[in-house]
Amino acid sequence: MENKTLKQLSAGLASGEFSSTELTRHYLDKIKQHDGTYNAYITVTEEQALAAAKQADEQIAAGNAGDLTGLPIAYKDLFCTQGVRTSCGSKILDNFVSPYESTATDNLNKAGMVMLGKTNLDEFAMGSSTESSYYGATRNPWDTDAVPGGSSGGSAVAVAADLAPVSLGTDTGGSIRQPAAFCGITGLKPTYGRVSRWGMVAYGSSLDQAGPMAQNAEDAAMIMNALAGFDAKDSTSMDKPVDNYLADLNKPIKGLKIGLPKEFFGDSLDDGIRAAVMDAVKQLEAQGAIVKEISLPRTELAIPAYYIIAPAEASTNLSRFDGVRYGYRCEDPQDLADMYIRSRSEGFGAEVKRRILVGTYALSAGYYDAYYRKAQQLRRMIKQDFQAALADVDVIAGPTTPSPAWKIGAKNQDPVAMYLEDIYTLSVNLAGLPGISVPCGMKDGLPVGLQIIGDYFSEAKLLNIGHQFQQATDWHTRKPTVGGNS
Amino acid sequence: MQWETVIGLEIHVQLSTQTKIFSGSSTQFGAEPNTQANEVDLALPGILPVVNEQAVAKAVAFGLAIDAEIGKKSFFERKNYFYPDLPKGYQTTQLEAPVVGPGHVEITLDNGETKSIRIHHAHLEEDAGKSLHEDFHGMTGIDLNRAGTPLIEVVTEPDMRSAEEAVAFAKKLHSIVTAIGIGDGDMSQGSMRFDVNISVRPKGQEEYGTRTETKNLNSFKFMEEAIEMEVERQIDLIEDGGKVRQETRLYNGDKKTARAMRSKEEANDYRYFPCPDLLPIILDDDYIEAIRATLPELPDAKEKRFMADYGLPQYDASVLAASAAMADYFEQTVKVCGDAKLAANWCMGELSKFLNQQELDISACPIPPENFGQLLARIKDDTISGKIAKQVFQAMAEGEGSADEIIEAKGLKQVTDTGAIEAMVDEIIAANQAQFEELKGGKDKLMGFFVGQVMKISKGQANPGQVNQILKKKISE
Repeated sequence: MENKTLKQLSAGLASGEFSSTELTRHYLDKIKQHDGTYNAYITVTEEQALAAAKQADEQIAAGNAGDLTGLPIAYKDLFCTQGVRTSCGSKILDNFVSPYESTATDNLNKAGMVMLGKTNLDEFAMGSSTESSYYGATRNPWDTDAVPGGSSGGSAVAVAADLAPVSLGTDTGGSIRQPAAFCGITGLKPTYGRVSRWGMVAYGSSLDQAGPMAQNAEDAAMIMNALAGFDAKDSTSMDKPVDNYLADLNKPIKGLKIGLPKEFFGDSLDDGIRAAVMDAVKQLEAQGAIVKEISLPRTELAIPAYYIIAPAEASTNLSRFDGVRYGYRCEDPQDLADMYIRSRSEGFGAEVKRRILVGTYALSAGYYDAYYRKAQQLRRMIKQDFQAALADVDVIAGPTTPSPAWKIGAKNQDPVAMYLEDIYTLSVNLAGLPGISVPCGMKDGLPVGLQIIGDYFSEAKLLNIGHQFQQATDWHTRKPTVGGNS
Repeated sequence: MQWETVIGLEIHVQLSTQTKIFSGSSTQFGAEPNTQANEVDLALPGILPVVNEQAVAKAVAFGLAIDAEIGKKSFFERKNYFYPDLPKGYQTTQLEAPVVGPGHVEITLDNGETKSIRIHHAHLEEDAGKSLHEDFHGMTGIDLNRAGTPLIEVVTEPDMRSAEEAVAFAKKLHSIVTAIGIGDGDMSQGSMRFDVNISVRPKGQEEYGTRTETKNLNSFKFMEEAIEMEVERQIDLIEDGGKVRQETRLYNGDKKTARAMRSKEEANDYRYFPCPDLLPIILDDDYIEAIRATLPELPDAKEKRFMADYGLPQYDASVLAASAAMADYFEQTVKVCGDAKLAANWCMGELSKFLNQQELDISACPIPPENFGQLLARIKDDTISGKIAKQVFQAMAEGEGSADEIIEAKGLKQVTDTGAIEAMVDEIIAANQAQFEELKGGKDKLMGFFVGQVMKISKGQANPGQVNQILKKKISE
């Protein structure tokens, strides 16, 4: 059961090599043993996990198991899970036990998956390092002094350190792809509207999207088959048939046209990452892909556009955390204003407050046109740049991040420096496109990610390319030494 | 100095949908606190709104009823402010692109004059919950049953010039809302709430004066009182050398007092922006025409038809047409009794008086229109007099049966037997010889006395026309 892919574990359950209860117990033990080092989990749901595993075993015994029945999974602690604390990494929701289930987790639970627990994240998914959580920083298993990326850092580490065979993350500006790159795993951000947002605590509502974080593209495809789909409870979810993401995995990529945006290979790109990504591109060429340089001229403008739109949406999304109905309320409020001010001042961390203030400012009378409206115009232009590029090539490839994982504490005093690290991922959310990050090399002992961006609803193609690349390379099979190397 | 009053209204109309505008919770009034609030209404983390199509259809129906432009592409925005009964910390509403654009409503004043009031727009939005300040020992309770109830907010241009015009407009709007069935219009339950913007200016001046807004008036009477009081306050203030402050005011209809609630200078910056959780509402012509086809006859058209088809005076026609239920009752009554003017008089008179006394809506009237028509038919065929009819009406209201049954049971049939009436006339003449001589001598005023005396001994059942005739015969004998 050690270091097995989801597909291998699925086969092991089907053949009776081990039961779901044994498998679940195996992971729960490993979490107990090693998560003290990594802090990947906020909550481990041992009791529920064993109950779900027992149910799965009965299903397997009765012969009505699906591909995913009995397989453990970890959920980012931003999905509402019925009867289980859903904290969002925030003190303000530390006491919040959700009375309802998110559609994303419900889909996977119904497919028979076993929730191991809820993983750590930057508070309300606002961050790129999983350092801003109320529950402390999560550590990168490749170097426990380094950040795992964020905001889905806990979900990335759970998979990288084999504390879960697969996990669920969310991506508003790179929060699946960047930690996947930093931790050497495969992460897919689907097209906006492909996965329901019902029950996902909102950060930037027009950008947020859930997706799988897995050991490889094939495992991610297995999850996508159960995860994706229209949901009447989410008005922005798309009523469009869902592909079978496993069907096209083995399609050869001969003749695939890949565009390399020159703006993704500028001076700010780390040389080691540049080399690894170019090697990966050569590999894809060797497998029959046709590579050409393209331009996404507004790439740099994605940062200011994103850091207006996401905080603007967040500033109002987070207004409901007011101490009135649930969540943290300050001690002995003197009056209504005092209750609001102290509950929110004491309940939110610094980065969340920073973004609420930025967003509030950007939406204020007299500033709306200069900031929010301008940012929306930029967003449309960025989208047009992608559409123009994708009219010419099948997919766009480049680095997921400009540099590998940095040391814990290195950037969290300088928010702008941290924001700049999102340069290759933000624009994909602004355009609503799908993107995948697959491991493609190492730089000084830390993983490097290759990002592939496709047209709307081309998740099957991205998984196909990722899988074909992984058939020819072994970066995705490399594992950190679990137990600590610091 | 001569002053002119300028009034504009904002009206919140609750739409009578089964469920809330963005959630599946019931909108029923009067349930135990927070029993009609699900995860969406409580604004739990992660919830998302889904627009209730019925609310959109009702808003469009309203737009068509006031001859407005319908927004083919409208969208929802978030209006941000903190308040304990506003669970999300923002209200989902419309600002830049409302579903109903400019329209107009015609009003008729008591002197018969008509006037067109322009509607600036009407937009869809969600209602807030309620704060309960009693029974919580210095704390405040929150009831979110009402949170998310669909509303349209109707905003007029400042076209009204008196309390009378404002009330006439409010009543007309009420009759449109109930006629097309988009709301129950029950003002006591807050189904329609009026905010009144009032300013005064010297007659002849173009520029508007500073206005105040009196919020949440929930009866026509309170609205009239509040406007009159506020106009007087503003005029007195200016004439004493003061200035009107732009402020929000509250009127207490029970105590007949008003006070300032907050000044507009402390106004919130609501930071409106398009709600990213909801897609724009796109309406095509087919959809709009399909709704137009479902619209019933509107009050104005009904009024014209009542004048043309039944020959009613405009006043009668407009009063009856104002309530769709009353208009239906009237028409069914006419069908039975065959006399529209008689039916109109009785519907507006005895019937309305009775309903007001009992605080009943016409829809809850204990007398079916068929019975009411039968009663009027008996007046028309001289079976009973109008006076006796009132007695029968009371008995019908008390559930004693149909008009014919009551007339029969109580022996109220009018006496038309000439011999019997002549005998009663003779009896009265004999008892009042002196007065009869005076009458004969030309003192016509005594005629009424004699008719009255005969009617009295007949217990109202003698036909007054016949009594008159016989008396005249006796005088000339």
